[in-house]
Amino acid sequence: MLKRNRLAAISASVAVSALVLAGCSSSDDTATDAATTDAAAETTEEAATGEDVTITVATVNNGNMKDMESLAPIYEAENPGVSINFQVMEEGDLRSAVTADVASGAGQYDVVTIGAYEVPQWGANGWLTDLTPALAEGDYDVEDILPPVREALSVNGQQYAVPFYGESSILMYNKEVMDAAGITISNNPTWDEVATAAKAVNTDDMAGICLRGKPGWGDLFAPLTTVVQTFGGAWYDMDWNAQVNSPEFIEAVTFYKDLLDEAGQPDPVSYSFNECLTALQNGKVAMWYDASVAASMLEADGSPVQGKMGYAHAPVKETAESGWLWSWNLAVPVSTKNQDAAINFVKWATSKDYQQLVGTELGWSLVPPGARISTYSIPEYQEAAAAYAPITLDVMSSVNPVQPGVNPQPWVGIQYVAIPEFQDVGNQVAQLVADAIAGRGTVEEALNKGQEIAQVAGDAQK
Amino acid sequence: MAQDQAVGVIKPPSMDKIEKRQAWKRRSILLPALIFAILMTQIPFLVTIGYSTFKWNLLKPDDFGFVGFDNYITVFTAGDLWPSIIATVLITTLAVVLSLLIGLFFAILLDRSFRGQALARTLLITPFLIMPAAASLIWKYSMFDTNIGVINWFVTSLGLPPIEWSTDYPLATVVIVLVWQFTPFMMLILLAGLQSQSKEVLEAASVDGAGAWRTFQWITLPHMRMYIEISVLLGTIILLQVFDPIAIMTKGTGGTKTLSYLLYERAFIGLNVGEAAAYGVIAVVLTIVVATLALRTMFKVFLDGGGK
Repeated sequence: MLKRNRLAAISASVAVSALVLAGCSSSDDTATDAATTDAAAETTEEAATGEDVTITVATVNNGNMKDMESLAPIYEAENPGVSINFQVMEEGDLRSAVTADVASGAGQYDVVTIGAYEVPQWGANGWLTDLTPALAEGDYDVEDILPPVREALSVNGQQYAVPFYGESSILMYNKEVMDAAGITISNNPTWDEVATAAKAVNTDDMAGICLRGKPGWGDLFAPLTTVVQTFGGAWYDMDWNAQVNSPEFIEAVTFYKDLLDEAGQPDPVSYSFNECLTALQNGKVAMWYDASVAASMLEADGSPVQGKMGYAHAPVKETAESGWLWSWNLAVPVSTKNQDAAINFVKWATSKDYQQLVGTELGWSLVPPGARISTYSIPEYQEAAAAYAPITLDVMSSVNPVQPGVNPQPWVGIQYVAIPEFQDVGNQVAQLVADAIAGRGTVEEALNKGQEIAQVAGDAQK
Repeated sequence: MAQDQAVGVIKPPSMDKIEKRQAWKRRSILLPALIFAILMTQIPFLVTIGYSTFKWNLLKPDDFGFVGFDNYITVFTAGDLWPSIIATVLITTLAVVLSLLIGLFFAILLDRSFRGQALARTLLITPFLIMPAAASLIWKYSMFDTNIGVINWFVTSLGLPPIEWSTDYPLATVVIVLVWQFTPFMMLILLAGLQSQSKEVLEAASVDGAGAWRTFQWITLPHMRMYIEISVLLGTIILLQVFDPIAIMTKGTGGTKTLSYLLYERAFIGLNVGEAAAYGVIAVVLTIVVATLALRTMFKVFLDGGGK
């Protein structure tokens, strides 16, 4: 009897705690909704009380954005009655908070920071204000924005966001190590050349090359998709048929896995941008293929490899270029109550004057890169970023987001597929590939499963 | 009992009503608390069940509607559910059993007076006080890392190749962090149990000539049964929700995609509210079933052992 009572009590307590658990997931939503409604109410009140306007900017917590936050008081001084309220978040949090806000039309944010992946989709959904007319006004000089970036942010010729900074991917290598081994890396290397060099300099103390292995569509699959494309593969063909287990895709992933096995850093699943950066700075790897923005960190004061690095275009096989294209952009959701003030701020933060302001106030090496062509002709910036500015501009102007691979594709974008399902598809396939990299199953098995996952998403586009 | 019934028979029916009314009066005092408890625990759950019958992806605002059980069909046919149940059960069981054994060991060591006992106890408890995400980050960089991790520093000092924890041993990686975190939790409960043993009984055992091991086996262990049960129960309930080490270290690869991580992926990477809610409902049902079954078998073992 006692036994049964205890059991009943235990199962009851498990049941209750499980219910609370389940409750948590939905109460989160409720909390967000409540916060959203509050903020929306506030915005309306402020707009109604007169000229004083508060612009709420949702942004991502990286250096260039924090610089914008520290320079905002200057904008506030120039525009009396306008105050800027920053909500700085982690990339993942920003993505879900902004998506929830913009998708529901709650209007909590007047300016949102979004990636190149979201802009064309959200623009097509009618969630973002068309900035084309506003950008044509005054001395903003919209033609100065790097053409590939502008292309990636437009839908049918209408521009829905402006780049705050942009990046491509490049090959970075330690010149001292390469010189000691008697290896020269050309300015436009092939993957075969890079693989040979990586294997030649690979020792027990120093890996030949660092490549992202952390599962995630923005981690592992950012560099891996560019490899797939230059090997002639693609996620989808023009009719949205998934191509994940095509021979080219399999060949590219096998190449990536073999390179990691033979000359890559140990424990690849733990490695993404930050881990590779640390490894390269500590002399644990000789080469690294990743975002061009890394160069500014490798050349920063205090970096152990400052001045020792060489930079080259992203390695290729079948295509002429294979660098990716990413930008963090400012956009104005249609749900904002302060559209004019918001657009005005967006134009200020992406203007030529703002670049001068960052240079004079904070230092020339901190000017946001990869957005405007004119940035690269500022003499002070050329001097401060001499090691990596020319190659960044060169790569960013030569990549082609309309057709990055061998065959045409039905979306604009390089290291991602601009459909809502892609972050989910990319994530799941990345986990399968990571299992294959770890030796749990073959690349073919992983990509056959990935093909099924990708086809479901492809069917939704037909 | 019989007398009461006899009295009941001759009672007029009106008395019954009065008694009922009084009973309700007494209950009404408890009613606000009861209603509050029901609201707090059941309404979110009902809302979750509601969400789970909708086709609702945050990224596709136009494609919204009632779909009945479609989300549940997807959950059962997608093939993610069963591996994640196995992962959840495996990780929880391993972590609970190992931290219980190590916790018992430390509790026995602490159950005596020595110089610096308070300090030792505080130090041993510390891992449990660290936030799970922080603990995972500490282990990722300070312990498991192939370049700067302590474990691999020892391993490479011995001339061996570094251990690629997250890549080659994802399950062990997660379990090790969990055991490190939950050993103090188990230890605290078991220590309370050890310290509540009656000194007289232990003294009597030693007078009767029982050795340390026999005393432990026949007196301490049966006494500890209740404490072991409660620590296993609480540990299981907390660890079934494990999320942080997976999100930070293995990202769900190599059989570490637990139900809560799968649910997170559906909700925040897939942004599919309907499907995530369906996973949530199924997770609740499975948690109840699995926990009840596991605990029932476990208690049988304990009760039989005690009755020997």
